[in-house]
Amino acid sequence: MAIVRNPYKTTGFLGWIDDRFPLTKMWKDHLSEYYAPKNFNFWYYFGSLALLVLVNQLLTGIFLTMNYKPGADTAFDSVQYIMRDVPWGSLIRYMHATGASAFFIVVYAHMFRGVLYGSHRKPRELIWIFGSLIYLVLMAEAFCGYVLPWGQMSYWGAQVIISLFGTIPYIGKGLVEWIQGDYVPADATLNRLFSLHVIALPFVLVGLVFAHILALHEVGSNNPDGVDIKARKDPQTHIPLDGIAFHPYYTVKDLVGISVFLIIFSAVIFFAPEGGGMVLEQPNFQAANPQVTPPEITPAWYFGVFYAMLRATPSLFHSALPGVIVMGGAVVILFFLPWLDRSPVKSWRYKGPVFRSLIILFAVDFCVLNYLGMQPVSPVHTLIARIGAVIYFGFFLLMPFYSQWEKTKPVPERVTE
Amino acid sequence: MSNEGVDDGRRRFLTAATSVVGAAGAAAVVWPFLASLKPSAKAQAAGAPVQADISKIEEGQQVTFVWRGSNIWVLHRSKDMLATLSQVDSRLSDPKCEQDQQPAYCKSETRSIKPEYLVMNGKCTHLGCSPSFKPDHPAPEIDANWLGGYFCPCHGSKYDLSGRVFQGMPAPLNMVVPPHRYVSDTVVMIGEDPTDAKKEAA
Repeated sequence: MAIVRNPYKTTGFLGWIDDRFPLTKMWKDHLSEYYAPKNFNFWYYFGSLALLVLVNQLLTGIFLTMNYKPGADTAFDSVQYIMRDVPWGSLIRYMHATGASAFFIVVYAHMFRGVLYGSHRKPRELIWIFGSLIYLVLMAEAFCGYVLPWGQMSYWGAQVIISLFGTIPYIGKGLVEWIQGDYVPADATLNRLFSLHVIALPFVLVGLVFAHILALHEVGSNNPDGVDIKARKDPQTHIPLDGIAFHPYYTVKDLVGISVFLIIFSAVIFFAPEGGGMVLEQPNFQAANPQVTPPEITPAWYFGVFYAMLRATPSLFHSALPGVIVMGGAVVILFFLPWLDRSPVKSWRYKGPVFRSLIILFAVDFCVLNYLGMQPVSPVHTLIARIGAVIYFGFFLLMPFYSQWEKTKPVPERVTE
Repeated sequence: MSNEGVDDGRRRFLTAATSVVGAAGAAAVVWPFLASLKPSAKAQAAGAPVQADISKIEEGQQVTFVWRGSNIWVLHRSKDMLATLSQVDSRLSDPKCEQDQQPAYCKSETRSIKPEYLVMNGKCTHLGCSPSFKPDHPAPEIDANWLGGYFCPCHGSKYDLSGRVFQGMPAPLNMVVPPHRYVSDTVVMIGEDPTDAKKEAA
C-alpha cells in the first residue's frame, strides 16, 4: 500500500504540515478515530495511569540527576543534599520514590486485567509479550534505582541480587566480578547501575511502550466481554457498532482516573512519603558500609513474590541455583501465557467455575507471597511460601489442561452494558 | 535496471560473504565494550594481595584484616581449640570440606596451611552477615554442646572453629577460606596461592 500524502486534504498551516508529516492522520488513527469498545470498566484505568507514572518518573528523574552525584563517596551525601538543601528537592525525590512503588501497583493491576479478560489471547499475543518485556525492564530499572542512594539497604540489596548470578555453575564467580566491575559491589558497580538507570533502560522502556501501544492499535482493544467489536460494523461508516472514539470519550474517562490517582499519590507524598518504610526503608538512611550487614535484608516490596519463592526453594547440592531458577521461571512463565490459555472464550465472565476460582486463588496467592517476601524467615513462613510457589506455577502449568477441559458459557454477539 | 544475465549463484555468494564479514566485524566491536566492564586496573590494584603480620596474635585471639573489601579473619588456635574440631564432625554439614569453599591446600579438618592459624573470610554463607566469634564454652545460650566457634546473629547459623557449618542451619556452606601463603613464619600474604610464590621466584 502506497503512502498517501495528506489523505484528509487539510489546508492552511495544518495542510502545510500534513503535506510533510502525517499529523492529522496520526491524531485520527490513534485518538479521534481509534474506536475502542464502549464497555471499558474500572480495570481499564491502569494502562493510562502507567503512562502517567512513566512520565512522572522521567520528569522527576531528570531533575534528580541534576543534583545527584554517582560514586561510592558522593552518592549518599548528594541524596542528603537533595533532601535538605535543594529547594523542593525532597518533594521531587519523594515523587520519584513513591512513583516507583505506584508504577508497580498500576502495572500489577494492568496485568491482572489482562488475565481476567483474556487480553493476551489471539490476536493480542505480541501486546502481552511487549508488556511482559516492559515489566522485566521495569524490574531492572527499579533495582538499579534502588541502589543509587548507596545506603545500607542499597548496598546489601545489590550484594544479594548480584550474588544470585554467582550461583550459575562454572562461570558464576567470574560473572559476578564482571557485573560488579570489582570484587565486591563498589564505585564501579554504582556508576554502571546509574548509567543503566538513567540512559539505557529508560530508552528501552519508552521504545517498548511505543511497541506495546502500536501493537494494540493495530489489532484494537479487547474488552471485559472478550467480544471482537470489529465483527459488527455499521454498514455505511464501517465504524464498529460497539466502538466509541478514544478521544473524547476515553481521554475524558482517563482524566477522571488520573484525578483520583493523583489525589491518592499526593496524599502519600505529603503525609507518608516514606510509605511506612515500604517506599524508603529505614536501613537506607545509613550510608553503605561493606563491613556491617543490616539485621534483615529485604528487597523493595514489589519484588516480594519473587524473593519469597527464592528463599522458600531448598538448596540442592549445596547450591542456591534451584531458588534462582524458580525465581527466574516465575517471570519467564508470564511470556507463555497466551499459549497456555486454551479456553475457547477470552473473558473470565464466560469461563467455568474452575478457571474463575483459580484466577481468584492466583490473585490471593500472589498477595500472600508478596507479603511473605517482606517478612523475616521462619519455618511457618517457608512452608506457606512453598505452597504458594506450587500454586503460582500450578496456575500456569496446568492451564492448558483445565482451560481446555472445562465447559464455558456462551459468549454474546455484542458487548453487554 | 535489467535482471537479465544475473549470475544468482555469484550474487548469493557475495551476499553471504559480506554478511559473514559484517557479523565478524560486529562481534569484534562488541568485545571492547563487554571487556570494559571487567574490574579496572584501579580496582585490580585495590584488590591486590594483602600482607598480614600474624606474629603478635596471641593464642585464642582473632585479628581482622581487610582484603577486597571483605573482613579476613586470622584466628590463632590453641591446642585445645584444635582438639574440638574432630569432636563435632558428626554434627557438621560438610565435615570433610567437599564443597569448593577453600583452596585445595586447605581441604582438611583444620582448613589451614598451618593448623594453628585459620585464615577465613568472615562472611556467613547464608546472606552475607558477619558471624560473631564465640570461643568460650560451655555456652548454653548458643548450644547445649557448644565447644567454641562462630554464631551468626542474623539468622542463627553456627560454625565450628574451622568455619565449618553445623547441620540444619540456614547457611548452606562452610565459610570461605581465601587463597593465602606464608611469606615467612610470621607474615601471611592474603590473596595469593603458595604456587604464586614459586612463579615469582622463577
